[in-house]
Formats: sequence, C-alpha cells, structure tokens
Amino acid sequence: MELNGGSVVAMIGKDCVAIASDLRLGNQQVGIASNFDKVFPVNDKLYYGLPGLATDVYTLREHLRFRVNMYRMKEEREITPKTFTHLLSSTLYEKRFGPFFIEPVVAGLTTPTPLDPNPKPYISTMDTIGCITTPKDFAVAGTAADKLYGVAEGLWEPDLEPEDLFETISQTLLNAVDRDALSGWGAVVHIITHDKVITRTLRARMD
Amino acid sequence: MECSFGITGKDYVLLCSDTSAGRSIVRMKSDENKIKSLGPHLAMAYGGEPGDTNNFAEYVERNMRLYHIRNNYPLLPGPASAWIRRTLAESIRSRSPYSVNLLLGGFDTTTSKPHLYWIDYLGTKAVVPYAAHGMGVYVSLSTMDKWWFDGMDKKEGIEVLKKCIDEVQKRLTIRFNFNCILIDADGTHTINIESEDPLADFESKTGSAAQQEGIEVPQPPIDVGVTA
Repeated sequence: MELNGGSVVAMIGKDCVAIASDLRLGNQQVGIASNFDKVFPVNDKLYYGLPGLATDVYTLREHLRFRVNMYRMKEEREITPKTFTHLLSSTLYEKRFGPFFIEPVVAGLTTPTPLDPNPKPYISTMDTIGCITTPKDFAVAGTAADKLYGVAEGLWEPDLEPEDLFETISQTLLNAVDRDALSGWGAVVHIITHDKVITRTLRARMD
Repeated sequence: MECSFGITGKDYVLLCSDTSAGRSIVRMKSDENKIKSLGPHLAMAYGGEPGDTNNFAEYVERNMRLYHIRNNYPLLPGPASAWIRRTLAESIRSRSPYSVNLLLGGFDTTTSKPHLYWIDYLGTKAVVPYAAHGMGVYVSLSTMDKWWFDGMDKKEGIEVLKKCIDEVQKRLTIRFNFNCILIDADGTHTINIESEDPLADFESKTGSAAQQEGIEVPQPPIDVGVTA
C-alpha cells in the first residue's frame, strides 16, 4: 500500500454512481509515473478500482479480465455488480495466506430485469482478503482513505444528479489527495449512468 | 550502487547504464555491459542482485529470440513488457525470486513510436517518457523533469542524457562510466556518450550499425521479408 501509493473513491447518486482515482505511481517517496490509472471497466455499467501494490494491480486486473470473459461466454450475459463483487471477493480469499495487497472498490449499475425491476445503484469495497462491505453512500480505499472519509463525510448528500455527483466526487478526491504525499499527481473520474459513462481527467496539483 | 536512465524522443529511445560491477563499496569491474539487446528494436538496461541480473537477462533474451523464430516477427515492445512484467510478478511470489530491476526500451516498427517501460523486481510496470533506476533517480529525475520535452530530436535527447550524467557525476560520491544505446527505426546503435559529439560518429556509419560495433544482437538476425 505505502510502497506505490494511490487512492480510489466511489459514490452513489440518483440513478448513477461515480468512481474516481488518482494517477500516481510511486516508489516510496519518489514519483515514477503520473499516468497510472487504477480504475478499470468491466462493461459500460460496471467499473472497479484497485488501489494498493502496483504489481498486484496488474496481476489482479489480468486475472479478473479472464474470469469476467469466461463468465460472459458461459452465461451469455453481462456480469452484475453484485456478482462481480463476489467474484472479486473469492478471488482475493483464494490467496488468504499470501494476499494481494489491494483494497478494491466496485461501482456499477444493475440492468433492470423482470425479477428486479428497480435495482439500486451499487458500490462495494473489500479488504485485502475479500471481506465485503456495501455502503449506501460512498466507499474509499488507498493511502488517502482516512482523508477521503473526512471530506466525503462532509460533502456527500443523497440523490445527487450525475453532474452534481461529479462535482462532489472530484472535490472529495482532489482535496483528500492534496493532504497525502503518496497520492495525487492527476486524477480521473468516471460517472456511470444508465445511458452513458462520462470520463473526465482532472487538473490536479502536480507536487 | 548502480544507475541507469532511459529517455524517449520523437522517433527513438535512449538507454544508458553505468558499467561497474562489484559488491557494496568495492568495484571489481568497470566495463561490465549492463544493457542487453532483446531483438532488432528492443533492449533493456538491467540491474539488481549480481547473478540474478545476468541469468534473468539471458532468460528474457532467449525467450524473445524463441518468439522471433516461432513467429517470424519479433515481439513488439508493449507485449514484451507485459511478458517480462508477468515473469517478474510470478517470480516475486515464488521460492526464489529474481531481484532484477530494468528499463525496457523499444521502437514499435508498426506505429513508428518509441516505448519506454520502468519495471522493478516486484513486477511493477510504468509506461513513461523518461525514467531512471538505482542511485541516479534522486538527481537525474529532476533533471529530466526540467529539460525533457515531447518530440525531442536525437541531438536534444542526447543533450538531456548528458545533463543527467553530469548531474550524477556532480552529486554522487561514486564515479561511474556510462554505456549508452539508441534504438530507432534502423535498429540498435551504440553511442559513445563521453565523446564531444556522440551523434557524429553514429551518423557516419551506415547499414547494420549494431553488427559493425559488435553489440550483442541475437545472432544471426533473421530476415524473412516479414516484419511486425
């Protein structure tokens, strides 16, 4: 965690969710790259962020891409956020005694089905061995997690529209990572709505 | 006590590494080549635990060669970086991990773009325009931050590299000799970075420069009329 640095935050809005991360990759105090995205898409309604040890970010991402593609081919449908969370959780628990040093955050929207006509926006987060938490408001992880909690607690409110949610999550992330030496160096935000995903790269402090 | 740099330019990538080998403060060899050519347009500057370094570099080199023989075209920089990263990532969680840090530089002949990857022994990979490993990071990264810009020509790139080397010589107590290569569309070339105008003797050579200068290139280079 403290080796490479990096933080991720996700928030629930009104029929939308948002997930954002910083772009720093460091080696302890030395900044190596400012283009290290920690948030990845599964499909156009589901994204996940992997803050933590950078080698495990790549390894886990490649492993999940394989597992999700297998799911897609076997089931002939897209994976739901809830199922994906459990897939990720069990993937992490497989390495119970030699874990991936990653605390994932999942954010997505479930497509309405006859069984579940009005699904709620979904976010979840896990510890390094896959213990799931599904908050109703926001989820934070990474080296700036404690600062993110503070800012998010103050800024978040229920039923934010996509553009308001964007403003809230952006300000939360930027102000939290500015107080963390191991996070920052740029930021990227994804707002997931039922008809589109808005991805924006933020101008951040580069020091 | 080692130090290596990589810089990308408009249509080339520079790799530079110190040439000392030894243990702790004792230097046992001052002309060790720590840059290995992995194909016609791919090379890496490596460092780390002595023993692991050469063993790993040769392992990578032969695997790149094997891919070239099997497919009749070499592995492009991106896929090569993914393979090397994965090898190191699997190694770090094994019983005997390789302790090797490397800078992978390559020229993508399909898109005519230079590539540079910063990879460490954990399997961390960063795609970067300029990078350093070893003692040099503390002084050279800020030099590169100041002087590097997008789309540098060869002369400008070598200027930046010289500035980095000067900074290392000025700020570090250890004296290093440097060995440097340039990869462009024509392949791998050695550069004598200590000479007054490193580009002059590089440009006067024609054809397969790597061959003339005796750089370690997988032998013999196969030409089957198919390129990547």
